[in-house]
Amino acid sequence: MALTHEIISHFQVNVNREDCKKCKSCIKNCSFGVFSFNGKQIVAEHHKCVACQRCVIMCPGKAIHISQSESCLPPHGNYTEKIRNIIWAQSGTGGVLISATGNDRPIRSIFDDLLLDSCQVTNPSIDPIREIIETKIFFGRKPKKLDFTTASNDVNEVSLKTNNSVNFEIEMPIMIGHMSLGSISYNACQAIYQAAKELNIVAGSGEGGLHPDFYEYAPNIITEVASGRFGVDLNYLNNAVAIEIKIGQGAKPGHGGHLPGEKVSSLISQTRMIPEGSDALSPYPHHDIYSIEDLAQLIAALKEATRYKIPVGVKIAAVHNSAPIAVGIVRSGADFLTLDGFRGGTGAAPRIIRDHAGIPIELAIAAVDKSLREENLREQITLIAGGSIRYSADLIKVIALGADVAMCCMPVLIAMGCRVCQQCFRGLCPWGIATQDEILVKRLDITIAKNRIINLFHSWNEELKDVLGAMGIDSVESLRSNRDRLRYIGPNPRIAEILEVKHAGE
Amino acid sequence: MRWENYTSLPEKFRNQRVFDGCGISGFINIDGSRVSGKKVIEMLCILRERENGLGAGYAAYGIYSKYKDYYAFHFLLDDEIAKTQVLEYLEKKGNIIQSEPIPTKKPVNIDNLPIIWRVFFELGSINNPNNDEKIVKIVMDINTNIKNAFVMSSGKDMGVFKGNGWSNEIADFYKISEYKAYMWLAHSRFPTNTPGWWAGAHPFNLLNCSVVHNGEITSYGTNRRYLESFGYKCTLSTDTEVIAYLIDLLCRKHNIPMSIATIALAPPLFEEIEKLDKKSQILFKSIRATYRSAMLNGPFSIVVGYSNPVPTMIGLSDRKKLRPLVVGISEDENTIYMSSEESSFRRLMINDHDFNFKDIWHPRSGNAVIAELGNGLIKNGLEITVKKNNLLQEEAC
Repeated sequence: MALTHEIISHFQVNVNREDCKKCKSCIKNCSFGVFSFNGKQIVAEHHKCVACQRCVIMCPGKAIHISQSESCLPPHGNYTEKIRNIIWAQSGTGGVLISATGNDRPIRSIFDDLLLDSCQVTNPSIDPIREIIETKIFFGRKPKKLDFTTASNDVNEVSLKTNNSVNFEIEMPIMIGHMSLGSISYNACQAIYQAAKELNIVAGSGEGGLHPDFYEYAPNIITEVASGRFGVDLNYLNNAVAIEIKIGQGAKPGHGGHLPGEKVSSLISQTRMIPEGSDALSPYPHHDIYSIEDLAQLIAALKEATRYKIPVGVKIAAVHNSAPIAVGIVRSGADFLTLDGFRGGTGAAPRIIRDHAGIPIELAIAAVDKSLREENLREQITLIAGGSIRYSADLIKVIALGADVAMCCMPVLIAMGCRVCQQCFRGLCPWGIATQDEILVKRLDITIAKNRIINLFHSWNEELKDVLGAMGIDSVESLRSNRDRLRYIGPNPRIAEILEVKHAGE
Repeated sequence: MRWENYTSLPEKFRNQRVFDGCGISGFINIDGSRVSGKKVIEMLCILRERENGLGAGYAAYGIYSKYKDYYAFHFLLDDEIAKTQVLEYLEKKGNIIQSEPIPTKKPVNIDNLPIIWRVFFELGSINNPNNDEKIVKIVMDINTNIKNAFVMSSGKDMGVFKGNGWSNEIADFYKISEYKAYMWLAHSRFPTNTPGWWAGAHPFNLLNCSVVHNGEITSYGTNRRYLESFGYKCTLSTDTEVIAYLIDLLCRKHNIPMSIATIALAPPLFEEIEKLDKKSQILFKSIRATYRSAMLNGPFSIVVGYSNPVPTMIGLSDRKKLRPLVVGISEDENTIYMSSEESSFRRLMINDHDFNFKDIWHPRSGNAVIAELGNGLIKNGLEITVKKNNLLQEEAC
């Protein structure tokens, strides 16, 4: 790139010369090649720094700190620095810009504009330390009604006539979203599945197939059938508690998966069943699904293949017409439906799509819950909502808006050590999470990572119970779609209308 | 008594939900013998602390034996226009057998009295199994679409009498002691946030199901959205309405036995279910999974009158028993009494020194008391719903 178009550094790497022991730990630890030793001292190339904090934490002399670059472009409110950088990057490469994690535009979060209700006087709140509050969820399709053989009033004499549809139980209304082996490392997958098993919740496999080492976690894994069909065989389908057909992902609605060749190591090549080093780009649509009846066929085929023993669901990105699409999907026989909002994460996605396509999960879940109810289909399925469930407050609010289960990924990665440097697509993750480099992967201690995930969701669940208790609710079922317990304080009353949530004070 | 707000609340209160504390009472004579409402009035009016003069009501079963095969509509109407509209509407839908005012004790110097009217009604085809469903539609239609009209009750051989006032005033106004019924329910209110309105008083009724309720349903939003899927319209801004509709949905539309329906409303905890044998676990878990939105949360105790076809009285409190419910059985075991407080039972012993109870007990939290006409006490609410595994045997293993 000609010097005249060089992009200025975002970060400034400061090495305190007095504290620096010249041990070169920073050179070893920085996978982005920021540091070098010039014979006299450590020098840093600031423009390569992504502020991942690896060098800062690993420096034995605590000699490094990263600050935001002081140098600046001439300010402009419209042509922001970010937009100018996009233009320079594109005019330099001629390509589509790739990004990772979720939408980073400062768009107002609707979750943050919602407030929760609590009990006072007329109803007593429930103290979760002294009373039982239940957070167990049944995952799968439920019958519309139950039929019983006798009309006897003795419970012990009544027997159920309705065939029990396939359901499994999870202890908390939480699902760890689909992050494939490929987008994240073997160690990260291992930690996630172990945590899911210990917590008795579910985790998604992503579309990268399932390594045989992970078959033992099958009772807690939802495998994904995506447009690339990577790793899909009968073993894969049967080694799961549920199967999800991935139509879309919140970070990139309308796109398939992107796994850059840099991350396709021999391990990945085996589980995905593709050549080493090749880009794994799954097609935008499923090439056997060009409309709803095709989806119904795929659902039926997967159910047939697994002998109707496990639920089959569908994931779609939250887009403008999510509501009618969702109704169609449930009519096609899906046992559960996953909605992924526009802030959802990704290991790699075109920046243009990540930042500009889709709609917020808050609005999508409200609209989908409503139209499923209008068709009297809502109670029969499990509705999962993801797309930036950042902490327990979002989890609680998304359930009150209509979800059965909240799905999240980023908090899991952050719990394991991710600093959100947004470079996942480069395969250089210095924390051993979003990389396939064996040396980097080893940096992630599986047991520590697993325990941190367990701690995180344990605390979410306790906070959920705390809020339920304050609301005078002793089971999470009674929060679901209970929008009466939410109030809106944002600037746009139209949003409250769509959410069917009253304004605070009403 | 308050001579205003008959069929609807003033506009400014309409979007508020009503929160209240309440007194509830009722009894059923197992042999079907009919007794005057005097007894239930005594039971209710002693619970003075539980009301503030802003609403009370009574439901009586077995009062219209002459017309027992016809639907008995009790109407609350603001004016003659509403009455004409309702009667014209009903004539289009079926046959009006009898149309008359409900006898009331007119207060002096009040010029804007409501019209309290009853109609005995039959649909074109008697014995059609869809008749009940048609009546539900008619009730929903009148309550939502005919201005200034409200259906207080719509069952057969029963009726609801309610209004805005103290429990004794309402009893006097409707001359409750002149009716004879085999089952009585009664309710008095302590609303916190609205002036009270006649239609919003309890009991809430749909067909033969009447509910008196003390408490606040914290799962209201979930329950309401569930019911709306099935075409129910929750127009009254009060929790109790959803309880009546849930029972109608479960017991009539889904034809679920009452003992199972009460489990759906207040299911056992998962940790209790886990102690059951495999078959029962499947049963209880299926109920919890399928009817997860029918579960009532928050503090409540309810007494329900129902007949489909056997007249039944049900008492139920929430899973944590945050509202009181006490049950008594007469010495001859012919009458089952339920009330918010034991003082209701003691009240009956003041004037009649020979009167005594065989037993008085507090049902377990979330455990229904069910008493059927002819069959007596089906469930006393003390049962441990769950049959525990033989723990000793397990330990021996």
